[in-house]
Amino acid sequence: MAGNSVKLVLAWGFVGIPLAWGVIETCINAAKLFH
Amino acid sequence: MAVSFLDKAHTIAPPGYSRWLIPPAALCVHLCIGQAYAFSVFNIPMTKLIGITTPAPGGSWDLSKLIAIPSAAGDWKLTELGWIFSLGIFFLGVSAALLGRWVEEGGPRRAMFTAALCWAGGFFLSAIGVYLHTLWLIYIGYGVIGGFGLGIGYISPVSTLIRWFPDRPGMATGMAIMGFGGGAFIASPLSVWLMRHFTTQTHVGVAETFIALGVIYFCFMMVGAAIVRVPPEGWAPAGYVAPTTSARLITNENVFVYDALKTPQFWLIWWVLCLNVTAGIGVLGQASAMSQEMFPGRVTAVAAAGFVGLMSLFNMGGRFFWASMSDYLGRKNTYFVFFALGTLLYALIPQTGAAGSVALFVLFYAIIFSMYGGGFSTVPAYLRDMFGTRYVGAIHGLLLTAWSMAGIFGPVIVNYMRQYNVTHGVAKAQAYNVTMYVMAVLLVIGFICNAFVRAVAARHHMQQERAGATGVLETTG
Repeated sequence: MAGNSVKLVLAWGFVGIPLAWGVIETCINAAKLFH
Repeated sequence: MAVSFLDKAHTIAPPGYSRWLIPPAALCVHLCIGQAYAFSVFNIPMTKLIGITTPAPGGSWDLSKLIAIPSAAGDWKLTELGWIFSLGIFFLGVSAALLGRWVEEGGPRRAMFTAALCWAGGFFLSAIGVYLHTLWLIYIGYGVIGGFGLGIGYISPVSTLIRWFPDRPGMATGMAIMGFGGGAFIASPLSVWLMRHFTTQTHVGVAETFIALGVIYFCFMMVGAAIVRVPPEGWAPAGYVAPTTSARLITNENVFVYDALKTPQFWLIWWVLCLNVTAGIGVLGQASAMSQEMFPGRVTAVAAAGFVGLMSLFNMGGRFFWASMSDYLGRKNTYFVFFALGTLLYALIPQTGAAGSVALFVLFYAIIFSMYGGGFSTVPAYLRDMFGTRYVGAIHGLLLTAWSMAGIFGPVIVNYMRQYNVTHGVAKAQAYNVTMYVMAVLLVIGFICNAFVRAVAARHHMQQERAGATGVLETTG
């Protein structure tokens, strides 16, 4: 069960971190719409 | 050994395998192929490969541009480069339609591996094309081979996710298809950063960026291929009891992939997807120009770029939100919401321009683009409800031809209607009004198509006892 949890964290981190980075970059650019 | 690693039989999950590992496996693929939406970041740099700072002059379209005579050909033009993306999307539809059954019967790992080879291979061949300044190599590389990677990759995890999440198929496929929308968010800044890194005063670093992206995407997609598993026969999530009889619009039966084409349901849903996408995709390509022209002096080019980014976020978020909601609302009702609310919002967009309300304009489009994304992500579960799980990935592949068709019609309608209005003296701020009303009418037609969707007739169902054994020719219809 602990092994599964580690795999889940690694797998979701592997896709989640790059996606979060891309979303933050896009949000920073999108904020210019309201300036 | 290497081949057996790819076999469907070797991807059956061991006891205790968490089904929550499957969405990240699917995202590994969809986040990579979602790069297609960000290909435009290469357009301007690729017009300066020879001239470096400004495009080198050359003749218009001729044979010399297709073969490697850089000094004679001059730099490529944007119109020539636009075909790269168009070819990629066209071959996405073609490959998904042609290879859906192969993907379905060979399992997700073989499909993901093939998609990774095609996608990365397309980048490598395109890098050679850039290096040699040979345009047809890029058309074949990114457009054709990469397009096959797009199509195979797009449908590769769909049926696997539906089998792992029989209790929430909409949410499961929504997560994966959300990745396709999100891939551009990663690819765009990453590509810009890589090009900046590889560019010198005498060289534009597009070829090196293509190679780097090919390597990165291949590794990323192979992680997905390594993680993915199919559930054992008869597996069900804890506490889930499969219904023993079909609900009114959710079948327990299966329809063979090519028999689905004989049903009115397939073509009605084909039009549902096509019309929903047509309305969104045309505006998506013109979102920047439209926001600036409808609010002259108030929305700058920088703000318009922010508007496009914001719409992409809602496009991505809508893929997860609406597909998840469809598990509770039902697929048919979810599309009714898309079409009814979409019609109302498109009809109101001209009023936001007349009232000068940027906030309402942004709000209405945010909802519209969330439903545009939702249309893509809800359709696999709609197909599963209609045709069963066995060939849902392959049937989904056939349905993606609707996307290819919409990719042609949507931009043509928006661009040509705007141009017609401007040519006939309509002010730019009002040039989109008629287009918005046309989009609203398209959505009304989509509403009617959706209303006609009924359960598939029993004569199209595969015979259960034989379908499990061979799965191909044993249909009752």
